[in-house]
Amino acid sequence: MPETVFAPWSDPDARPLIRFQNVTKRFGDFTAIHDLTLDIFEREFFALLGPSGCGKTTLMRMLAGFETPTSGRIELAGKDIVPVPPNKRAVNMMFQSYALFPHLSVWDNIAFGLRRDNMAKDAIDRRVDEMLKLTRLGRFARRKPHQISGGQRQRVALARSLAKAPKLLLLDEPLGALDAKLRQDTQFELMDIQEKTGTTFVIVTHDQEEAMTVASRIAVMDQGEVIQIATPDKIYEEPESVYVADFIGDVNLIEGRASAHGEGRFRIDWAEGQQPLIAASRLEFAAGQQCHLAIRPEKIAISAERPSDADNAVQGRVHDIAYLGNLSTYHVELPTGAIVKAQTANTRRISRRDFTWEDPVWLSWTATAGVLLAN
Amino acid sequence: MRRLVLIAVPYLWLLALFLVPFAIVLKISLSDTALSIPPYAPTLDFSAGWEGIRSFFAELDFDNFVWLTQDDLYWKAYLSSLSIALVSTAITLLVGYPIAYGMARAPEEWRPTLMMLVILPFWTSFLIRVYAWMGILSSEGFLNQLLLWVGIVDEPLTILNTNTAVYIGIVYTYLPFMILPIYAALDRLDGSLIEAAEDLGCSRLTAFWLVTIPLSRNGIVAGCFLVFIPALGEFVIPSLLGGSGTLMIGKVLWEEFFSNRDWPVASAVAVVLLLILVIPIVLFQRNQQKQAEADQ
Ligand SMILES: Nc1ncnc2c1ncn2[C@@H]1O[C@H](COP(=O)(O)OP(=O)(O)OP(=O)(O)O)[C@@H](O)[C@H]1O
Ligand SMILES: [Mg+2]
Repeated sequence: MPETVFAPWSDPDARPLIRFQNVTKRFGDFTAIHDLTLDIFEREFFALLGPSGCGKTTLMRMLAGFETPTSGRIELAGKDIVPVPPNKRAVNMMFQSYALFPHLSVWDNIAFGLRRDNMAKDAIDRRVDEMLKLTRLGRFARRKPHQISGGQRQRVALARSLAKAPKLLLLDEPLGALDAKLRQDTQFELMDIQEKTGTTFVIVTHDQEEAMTVASRIAVMDQGEVIQIATPDKIYEEPESVYVADFIGDVNLIEGRASAHGEGRFRIDWAEGQQPLIAASRLEFAAGQQCHLAIRPEKIAISAERPSDADNAVQGRVHDIAYLGNLSTYHVELPTGAIVKAQTANTRRISRRDFTWEDPVWLSWTATAGVLLAN
Repeated sequence: MRRLVLIAVPYLWLLALFLVPFAIVLKISLSDTALSIPPYAPTLDFSAGWEGIRSFFAELDFDNFVWLTQDDLYWKAYLSSLSIALVSTAITLLVGYPIAYGMARAPEEWRPTLMMLVILPFWTSFLIRVYAWMGILSSEGFLNQLLLWVGIVDEPLTILNTNTAVYIGIVYTYLPFMILPIYAALDRLDGSLIEAAEDLGCSRLTAFWLVTIPLSRNGIVAGCFLVFIPALGEFVIPSLLGGSGTLMIGKVLWEEFFSNRDWPVASAVAVVLLLILVIPIVLFQRNQQKQAEADQ
């Protein structure tokens, strides 16, 4: 029996925790969110990804209740929450700026929300201690926010927003201020907390690697619209548009004209005097239709000799090498002048590298390595 | 060396503008009245050498301070000044806080204008403004005419020459001193803190009470001291707007000095007033210092 995978979005009977229905938000005559429809399910770790100003914070603020949509409906557990004020929503937000109360100690900051619920004193004590333990802040309970470090502050903000055990937790760029190492630790900590508490998380981030690490699904946004929603691997491996392919990770985009080439395969004429490329695709392309082949650098092999069995092979010259420690990215210039990036793992020491600047090399990849996109 | 100079400047300032005048006033308060110019004795006579200085100190005594405790006019005046200053500080706070709050919440482009409006009264002389209030508050004044015209009262109210007029005058005069520090505190307040409070379950009102008020506390304290300290020794407002029943120490001091020409008693009154003021001034300083520390 196959293990049940957490994928409520593919279950037609599952009811979403949050449902945006044709939500539009305008500020004056500027449209920040345009006709957005989106479902988020219980226990999801949902990431919003997009360039600056695309409306991620606006979306979060509508969920928290600080902005009302100009039109459309937002449901939480089946109920329209647009008229519900922020203090009456089972939603808590961790602010990008943390928004810790500077006049209260760490302990009182965490207890703040619990006190509003008229909880018994010892119940509050227990809950705050639990939160302090979870975020490993026990030693700083009596300090004021200005007496602790940025990373600790961020954990206080997290503890404060978790304390009320909300149905939905909103995190607006929660790890923006942290250094890479602490960031990674905290990402795993967040996932851990999410698993332990079963809370639904919506996270905004600029960092796509972070989104890939923590999220169950990612929504890629642009200019107030959702471009694609999918699991991290789908977003990475099967982007539906050039925009998503280009936005997530590194990609080579080769423009050309498609024509059928056997069952589910297409031939791409991409440059004068160059052998056409072969790519598999589930989509249909009309003969001569303009298309883009998106292919990730790590899916391109680099070799000195022309490989005999590859579906696609092009020759070029090493233009540049970016050394990333564990990986090296070769920027290879083709005779057409285009640059194609190919990535290899550095399994050997750098002194034993096979290729160097100006070396002639062959790039090759299989027909299924890339994604053929219409736009 | 540079540090020494830097430290020396404020101390020299303090010495020249506060300690020396205070020493002179203290000296006068220990002297006796005399029909002479200046109207007190003894005066320091350096030409007599050591002997003169010794006899000068021998003649100083605390009679005037003893006198202050014997005539109940003085302690009553101190007490009444304290209560008038306290009440008017409270009223100024009640009036000033909403104004400062409104200013801090106003659209960015309006704020300089609003700020200027608060400071605008300082552009005319304080005396003229107090005289203007006499015109407004007198029984034939604008206020009474308006009230009669609207039909709220049948006969003019007596406001001028009562304590009410004094309160109005003090609140009016010192309002900017209350508004500005509170505004400064509210202006710095991060709006997302209020949102965070609401997010955690506060209503607008509780968020105001639990976040806005505590975070503007330093502004409130500063404003209260800036009103209370000058109001306690206030002399012009009670003289012009107050009546014969208005008892304030500033007025008593003025009368001792100019009507009775009793410089020594007037000086004694001033010394005691200063001692009373030292307490709030020290508290004020501590508040400012704490705020500076919190800002770091
Ligand atoms: N109160 C407002 N009034 C007018 N325009 C606004 C307001 N709030 C946001 N906007 C605009 O709406 C757009 C979306 O803003 P939003 O803050 O949601 O962006 P974001 O995706 O969170 O960007 P970032 O990644 O930089 O935080 C921006 O162009 C912004 O200028
Ligand atoms: Mg944002």
